[in-house]
Amino acid sequence: MPLANTSTSVPVIVDNEKCIADKGCTVCVDVCPLDVLRISEQTGKAYMAYDECWYCMPCAADCPTGAVTVNIPYLLK
Amino acid sequence: MDDILDNQTEVSCDVLVIGGGTAGPMAALKAKLANPKSTVILLEKANVKRSGAISMGMDGLNNAVVPGYATPEQYTKEITIANDGIVDQKPVLKYAQTCYSIIEELDSYGIRFQKTANGDFAVKKVHHIGTYVLPMPNGETVKKALYRQLRRARLLISNRFMATRLLVGDGRIAGAIAVNTRSGELLVVRAKAVVLCMGAAGRLGLPTSGYMFGTYENAANSGDGYAMAYHAGAALANLECFQINPLIKDYNGPACAYVAGPFGAYTANNKGQRFIECDYWSGQMMLEFYNELQSGNGPVFLKLDHLHADTVGEIEDILHRVERPSRSAFHAGRHTDYRRQMIEMHISEIGFCSGHSASGVFVDEYARTTIPGLYAAGDMASVPHNYMLGAFTNGSVAGKDAAEFASGYELAAFDRGDVERERERVLAPTRRDDGIPPNQIEYKTRRLVNDYLQPPKVARKYELAQQRFAEVREDMERTMIARNAHELLRALEASSILDCADMAAHASLYRAESRWGLYHLRTDFPEKNDNDWFCHTLLSKRAGRMTSEKRAIAPYVVPIADDEKKLYDKQRVGARAAV
Repeated sequence: MPLANTSTSVPVIVDNEKCIADKGCTVCVDVCPLDVLRISEQTGKAYMAYDECWYCMPCAADCPTGAVTVNIPYLLK
Repeated sequence: MDDILDNQTEVSCDVLVIGGGTAGPMAALKAKLANPKSTVILLEKANVKRSGAISMGMDGLNNAVVPGYATPEQYTKEITIANDGIVDQKPVLKYAQTCYSIIEELDSYGIRFQKTANGDFAVKKVHHIGTYVLPMPNGETVKKALYRQLRRARLLISNRFMATRLLVGDGRIAGAIAVNTRSGELLVVRAKAVVLCMGAAGRLGLPTSGYMFGTYENAANSGDGYAMAYHAGAALANLECFQINPLIKDYNGPACAYVAGPFGAYTANNKGQRFIECDYWSGQMMLEFYNELQSGNGPVFLKLDHLHADTVGEIEDILHRVERPSRSAFHAGRHTDYRRQMIEMHISEIGFCSGHSASGVFVDEYARTTIPGLYAAGDMASVPHNYMLGAFTNGSVAGKDAAEFASGYELAAFDRGDVERERERVLAPTRRDDGIPPNQIEYKTRRLVNDYLQPPKVARKYELAQQRFAEVREDMERTMIARNAHELLRALEASSILDCADMAAHASLYRAESRWGLYHLRTDFPEKNDNDWFCHTLLSKRAGRMTSEKRAIAPYVVPIADDEKKLYDKQRVGARAAV
């Protein structure tokens, strides 16, 4: 069976102005228990690549510039 | 991104600890300190800095046996009664005797515990009988403090490796096979002793919100340890004693019992009335919670609106800062405030977890499983109700004994074919061009778990579940597709989840009685039957097949009087137990 891409709104938001992933920072990607954050090859900034979030918040707590916000996923908000 | 690399590496060590959450770091630390010249590897699916149930800390110790407040014998007695008598007491007593020294050790790491004006530990009463709850004012630092100790001991930490199968040879443990979650590369770790600290099977049931990762347990805890122990031939105990917890409706945070309870909050029905005597999480309490939910008095609420605003502020300061700090965002989104209204509660999805119930890999008082050289500790080992302090304490016990075991053996030989077969199993979903993605395999498994396995347990529904699981398994083995290393991680987790679903069904059908309140409530055998079922059930893989058997309960070392045995049976307000 062919695969479709279904859109979801993701709970983790990164402020590109504050994110310093393009300077080599990978803290949020490193600490995520579900391993769902990545650095974008286009923008050089961190983003949520997979909507598989436990909204546990180490990414936000450990970000050195306060660029990461964790929202409650829409389905349980 | 996450491209799959076809590569395989082999390393050797004395002690391999799998899982870097709570029990694992402590086990690895103790194994290394017991024998500083030995090689100890700590393998972790995520990152040890922030992995496991305490990634954002913990509000307190739920089961601290502190001199002056409780004795190890009292604690052992209470846990025996709370677990309907199905307890080998030696591991519980050993925990109770050892845990105070672990509290002192955590204190020396810089983790503070609440003290009275006199400088004594300020232990609170939450359980039905005894007093064991000790708040941690800087509980958010617990993981960091632990991590510092690991760095100081120069432990070898391998992050982002998911262990998938154990290797066994010469009648004992030989090592484990793991997969890099970013590249799909295989790692074979030969070890003289292996300690499994892989957490609960928390992604078994599906949260009612439908969001697959909104589980009570850290969603990384997909039951891989249970599946690995099973496939290696170890025995798993009392898996039918499910974990089911009272949570905030739609949110995965617990609320009342251990934090807000001592301040005067309680669980109430829609009339604002208290209906359970005690908020400690037992199966019997969960049954009353469930009955109230189903009745005209439902739903069930967390009630704090009768407390002074300052008291509520103090509670919020704990609840919104540690363990589940997204709680404040949840309440803000719902416009709910503890000061103004009761908060709707609901019951969680089912899981396996000895931290809160009793379903785990069978271990004795040395954390030894039924396979020589293989240990288990924390939520996945069968010491009941052992919580975070149990993970630290039993992790410590496991690490020390594993170090001693490793010093007496060479690496065990094993069948190289086992590695080849595992490699083929692991990589099969990456070699297909078309098929079912892991999220659909997982969703369907867990949706079926909710439909058929959620208590009350109906035998006919369980048999139907087994048929449906077999169909999903066939789809998984023949057609599951993983297009990158991240999907491969989820595919391997889906396989663990399906194994756990099969085990949950098999174990529940085997025990032909009801026990542990809601955790094992069978409609066809609604009564507790001590004549036939006052025993453990052990599930294991024999000649490729899932089998269950009875195992006698070891003679009690702390006797329980007849009039004490039923103290947890009458949880409903007004229905006082015969004392």
